Amino acid sequence: MQKFSAFSLLREGLSGQRGWQAQWRSPEPKRAYDAVIIGGGGHGLGAAYYLAKEHGLTNIAVLEKGWIGGGNTGRNTTIIRSNYLFQESSTLYDHAMKLWENLSQSLNYNVMFSQRGVLMLAHTVHDVQVFKRHVHANRVNGVDNEWLTPEEAKDFCPPLNIEPGMRYPVLGGALQRRGGTARHDAVAWGYARAADALGVDIIQNCEVTGIRRDASGAVNGVETTRGPISTRKIGVSAAGHTSVVMGMAGVRLPLESYPLQALVSEPIKPVFPCVVMSNTIHAYISQSDKGELVIGAGTDIYTSYTQRGGLHVNAHTLDAICELFPQFRRMRMLRNWGGIVDVTPDRSPIIAKTPVPGLYVNCGWGTGGFKATPGAAHLLAWTMAKDEPHPINAPFTIERFRDGYLIDEAAAAAVAH
Amino acid sequence: MLLITCPYCGPRPELEFAYGGQAHIARPQQPADLNDDAWAEHLYMRDNAKGAHAERWRHTHGCARFFNAVRDTGSDRILATYETGTPRPAAGDLVGGAA
Amino acid sequence: MTSVYRTKDGGRIQRGKPLRFTFDGRALQGVEGDTLASALLANGIHLVGRSFKYHRPRGILSAGADEPNALVGVRRDAARYTPNLRATQVELYDGLEAESQNRWPSLALDTGALNGLISPFIPAGFYYKTFMWPRKAWDSLYEPFIRAAAGLGRAPTQADPDRYLNRYAHCDVLIAGAGPAGLSAALTAARSGARVILCDEQSEFGGSLLAETSATIEGLPAQVWLQEAIAELAGNPRVVLLPRTTAFGYFAHNLIGLNQRVTDHLAVPSAEQPRERLWQVRAKEVILCAGALERPLVFPGNDRPGILLADSARTYLNRYGVRPGKRVVIITAHDGAYRAALDLHAAGVEIAAIADVRATADGPAPQAARQAGLPIRLRTTITGTRGGLRVEGVSLAAMDGGPSQSVACDAVLMSGGFTPSVHLFSQSRGKLDWDPAAQSFVPGRSAERERSAGASRGLFGLAEVLADGAAAGADAVAAAGLTPPAPRRLEASGIDLGTDGFLGALPGAGAPGAKAFVDWQNDVTAKDLLLATREGFRSIEHIKRYTTTGMATDQGKTSNMNALGVVSEALGTPIPAVGLTTFRMPYTPVTFGSLAATSRGVLFDPVRTTPIHDWAAAQGAVFEDVGLWKRARYFPRGGEDMDAAVARECLAVRSGVGVFDATTLGKIEVVGPDAAKFMNRLYVNAWTKLAPGRSRYGVLLRDDGFIFDDGVVGRVAEDRFHVTTTTGGAPRVLAMMEDYLQTEWPDLNVWLTSTTEQWAVIAVQGPQARQVLEGLVEGIDLSAEALPHMSLTEGKICGVPTRLFRMSFTGELGFEVNVPTSHGRAVWEAIWAAGQPHGMVAYGTETMHVLRAEKGYIIVGQETDGTVTPDDAGLSWAIGRTKADYVGKRSLAREAMNAPDRKQLVGLYTQNPSVVIEEGSQVVADARQQIPMRPIGHVSSSYMSATLGRSIALALVSGGRARMGQTLFVPTADGEVAVTVTSPVFYDQEGVRVNA
Repeated sequence: MQKFSAFSLLREGLSGQRGWQAQWRSPEPKRAYDAVIIGGGGHGLGAAYYLAKEHGLTNIAVLEKGWIGGGNTGRNTTIIRSNYLFQESSTLYDHAMKLWENLSQSLNYNVMFSQRGVLMLAHTVHDVQVFKRHVHANRVNGVDNEWLTPEEAKDFCPPLNIEPGMRYPVLGGALQRRGGTARHDAVAWGYARAADALGVDIIQNCEVTGIRRDASGAVNGVETTRGPISTRKIGVSAAGHTSVVMGMAGVRLPLESYPLQALVSEPIKPVFPCVVMSNTIHAYISQSDKGELVIGAGTDIYTSYTQRGGLHVNAHTLDAICELFPQFRRMRMLRNWGGIVDVTPDRSPIIAKTPVPGLYVNCGWGTGGFKATPGAAHLLAWTMAKDEPHPINAPFTIERFRDGYLIDEAAAAAVAH
Repeated sequence: MLLITCPYCGPRPELEFAYGGQAHIARPQQPADLNDDAWAEHLYMRDNAKGAHAERWRHTHGCARFFNAVRDTGSDRILATYETGTPRPAAGDLVGGAA
Repeated sequence: MTSVYRTKDGGRIQRGKPLRFTFDGRALQGVEGDTLASALLANGIHLVGRSFKYHRPRGILSAGADEPNALVGVRRDAARYTPNLRATQVELYDGLEAESQNRWPSLALDTGALNGLISPFIPAGFYYKTFMWPRKAWDSLYEPFIRAAAGLGRAPTQADPDRYLNRYAHCDVLIAGAGPAGLSAALTAARSGARVILCDEQSEFGGSLLAETSATIEGLPAQVWLQEAIAELAGNPRVVLLPRTTAFGYFAHNLIGLNQRVTDHLAVPSAEQPRERLWQVRAKEVILCAGALERPLVFPGNDRPGILLADSARTYLNRYGVRPGKRVVIITAHDGAYRAALDLHAAGVEIAAIADVRATADGPAPQAARQAGLPIRLRTTITGTRGGLRVEGVSLAAMDGGPSQSVACDAVLMSGGFTPSVHLFSQSRGKLDWDPAAQSFVPGRSAERERSAGASRGLFGLAEVLADGAAAGADAVAAAGLTPPAPRRLEASGIDLGTDGFLGALPGAGAPGAKAFVDWQNDVTAKDLLLATREGFRSIEHIKRYTTTGMATDQGKTSNMNALGVVSEALGTPIPAVGLTTFRMPYTPVTFGSLAATSRGVLFDPVRTTPIHDWAAAQGAVFEDVGLWKRARYFPRGGEDMDAAVARECLAVRSGVGVFDATTLGKIEVVGPDAAKFMNRLYVNAWTKLAPGRSRYGVLLRDDGFIFDDGVVGRVAEDRFHVTTTTGGAPRVLAMMEDYLQTEWPDLNVWLTSTTEQWAVIAVQGPQARQVLEGLVEGIDLSAEALPHMSLTEGKICGVPTRLFRMSFTGELGFEVNVPTSHGRAVWEAIWAAGQPHGMVAYGTETMHVLRAEKGYIIVGQETDGTVTPDDAGLSWAIGRTKADYVGKRSLAREAMNAPDRKQLVGLYTQNPSVVIEEGSQVVADARQQIPMRPIGHVSSSYMSATLGRSIALALVSGGRARMGQTLFVPTADGEVAVTVTSPVFYDQEGVRVNA
């Protein structure tokens, strides 16, 4: 792998930038691989990288029906945090956080991981209770999360409106200083380049159309738009399309796929120093390195694979943004897009073996997949390589729905009384 | 914002409706008779189909009644709406024929 | 006007109405009808901005929405600053203040331009390759540097005082774009009686006709025909005309988003008018007449101020009366530039050269140019340009190489041909087809009920466009179920300009030192695109993201097709195989405020208040938000803080009597012969044997077995239940009930009615509650015998009907008086007056929470969190054991629901009674363990109990009921707190007081 550094940029600068190699090859698919990953997003590419790097499995392929990083990896608001409520969850997401913290160096690709802090706002007494519970739960679990008063929140994020007369005033917030953002495309490309260098074949424009199983029921290959490929291990990391892919192997999952939208403003000079989230009034905002305000909207109410949602969903999010940051009311929406998020009944992911031998699945990340990218990838690779889950993803099975061991992050934030 | 034809009220904007998930999943008559797998199937497992998808809607801010729709989740085109308790229309009876 | 660049006559401006404006503080003058861009050009100013990355000086490139360079901030007052506006779209008004962006200290002298010196070392994507060491330096050094360099304008700093409105509309035919195609379509549709909405982003309708000087329609000069067409449409009451209105988004099921700019063009906006209005139009049929965008040409140095699009230059001349320069060079691949050259020539501009990259140019416009003696050079390109803040000359050379010749000029006009504007069609999910002859993507198969007409589908001749618009109008009208008028052909004369063009980079773009820009604003050169292809990026989406081409505020309107051309050539792949980046809404940027519309301040969300709200407010109550409701949280007296007020309120209730507004609790009337059967199937409790006149605490689960809601349910009659729910849970409980009733058990004869808004509920609680109410009720026996705990009766109070419950959420003798909402305030005040001799206090939700916690009563959402079963919460007693089924029962039989380590509701006493643990704190068995600790539970409620003179807490603790008396620990930021596990019922464990 050609090393990226200031020096190499300098050297190439003197020769007209003509010496750069392809960051990854575009090989023809082989007839057989030791393992195949379906889905060339950050999770799938990362899994291939960790399979090759940590488990010595290099004769593997990532099959992507479009272009790598073109699904949710390239469509999210790039928020990274690990301050989840339940210990299983915060351990999982913090596993990812720790990998994020050295990812640029590990991959020799600047993924621009920026620990700008993620501030989650509380607007009601109930919110305060819920977020303080998060703060306490995270602290005993060694995950940083601290409570800020409204004034402290404004100090941390000066554009924030903390007028007590607001319809839903800011009563405080939970701040994870290690949280932040990263450059989403670079994550996919960085993993792709590093995996490719270890021998992984990244095959784009290759849609899987079938999963083959032998007489024992175990997987023995896939059918693709570029021909059949034999393999005994398949990792499915197909986000919104997981149900479709797993259906090819006859596996049903507790998933529903919803449209999730995001938008950016026109670029402006630095004005927003952190990430602010408000679950209660549905607003997620940060400013990208490029200067755009990056704003996440909620899901639409119905399942869909269209990668678009209703205008009213964006409008609702901008209602909230303009309340929290009334000086942004004159800013303008530059671009809007949609992804497809696969949601489980308990809003927690599945990284697990399946009832089909040789078939593994990483799905159900809902609206939170990007932040988990290195962790999910690492754990999927582990699970595929060892044919058993890592202790961190052991609770995130399919069977938890049968047995009732749910990890219900969404319900934990439910409003009542 | 989708335009949804309530079988009782006619076409109305999506804002008047609540989504009810996959249709034609009847609650078992005797849940106690089901094993855990079968009960989990009922509670949690969904087709999540890409393409024609039978689903429940409720005209919450209208007649308040539930009904079913077949919608192409690949395009969001609504291919049929019909009353709860009636069977899913055959492919040939959908808008534009088979979806 | 004295400016040498302003023509003496012609155009649509009013020379007699001068307008003052400033640009970067410099006082200038324009005239009515100008845009900021045309006014600047009239003053000889091309330099208006600096580019994103290299801070290269940039001039006005276009005359419309596609402008990538001329981005300015416009300041009306301190609170009304808008960054990143295209000067080409800003209508001039008297007193306008504009400033350039992304430069320091000034536009002419910008230190950021030093980036240009290191440009060889910072190619596309350079930041992915460096800034990685030392690791910590990213946050502290590199990223702040990158961020400070990025961004264009400044964000506004004050809250925007302007108003924005929203409107929904329906029509038979919506037409986006009021150029010749759109007008022709609108006339056809309107004449058939259709309800038509016609919108156009510009201040005036007419599109290309606005710059037309020679063409005729129906024998009339085009601009006269235009005037008559608009007059006809304006006179039709079924037609809505919306200038300054951009169709920015095409959504599912023919919903189109329009952004109407109402006041930005006015010097003194009326306070009555909104700044912008969002239209959400549900159209039966849509006609897209968005026209076409002229492509720049990609040659070295193509970005200097003074270099602009040829057709835009023609627009400036013919519409705004502005000459782009005195001596211009033209480079083109399309006949349109010859038409521009002829018009400029006629206006006295010297045409120094027309370089045509094509081998032949024999259309009518080139022929006319030849006859006019203009210097035309075929197979010729520009290999370089000169000049600092303004172009001073170009080097011309043959396309196939050879020596170059220098030509002096003060402006360069370029035309690479026209790209149909298919944005909205693509947004509608229509499929684009590649037209190899025209080298364009054109609308193919539709996904929605729409059709395109005119230039937006690749038709350019005026007569052809008018006919196409009329045909589209007729087609839309027919599809909408109306009868179109008989087809009528509009006679039109216009010059045929053909569909030639050039995609990609011209020769020399890749030469050493050359900077041939594809994306002006983001500073993406042809070389950057080639680098991306060398680095293995093949999909246009990757190349776009890697180089940022097409991602600037113009979203690639001028750059996308050239980028495709460059990549296609580099990869040796045909353009359609390289792919086209997805067109996303909005077509042009839309103000946040316009989308948020009226949803701001108190209108952000509805506010629900009870009939007692104003009374409580007058008493100085502090409110909290619960769902949409405002609930009185506590009633401070004389400077009390919350703790003091709550302690006083609690003691008063325990010792005397208190009154509490419980109106917000959800109420559902369940009525019908099968009401009891319905309740049995739904709630965990057994209802069959509940006698009319009695009530019961009901628990509702989801079918996954977890607590969903709770509340007291009274049986009013054999066939009638009065169900109460939590405040926040009312809508979802009713929705759940309706779901089961309508879809699972349609056989049950039951009716459900939300009565939350019908009843005001006044809780009177405390040992003296009975005495307070005794004098107010009529025909109601409040004695313990006649009305025992958990019973209800109907009668009158204060002369109005009441449904009166004997119940308690405090552990004291208590009543809940339900009266019709309209009488709520009066009855409340009567109770309040009657209570005064008894020392009655009004108490709020906080005191309610303490009182119920002292009794170990749970609050759904506080003790429960969607993971709690009835047994976890100590509510097994409520379950009807003999019932075969109820919602949630089967799930309670699952393995995890019966695990011995489930968290169970317990009480906690801190070993130091004055310490109040923070709610949400974690509970551990071993305080000495290292982080990560193993939590075995959490504190759900925690208060100082004035009644008990010590703190109390409720907690959910693993295997909690088996831990009575154990010492556990609550780790806090300041060390651990030792606690003793106890019963969750802290007060009156025998339950004597409620039965008083």
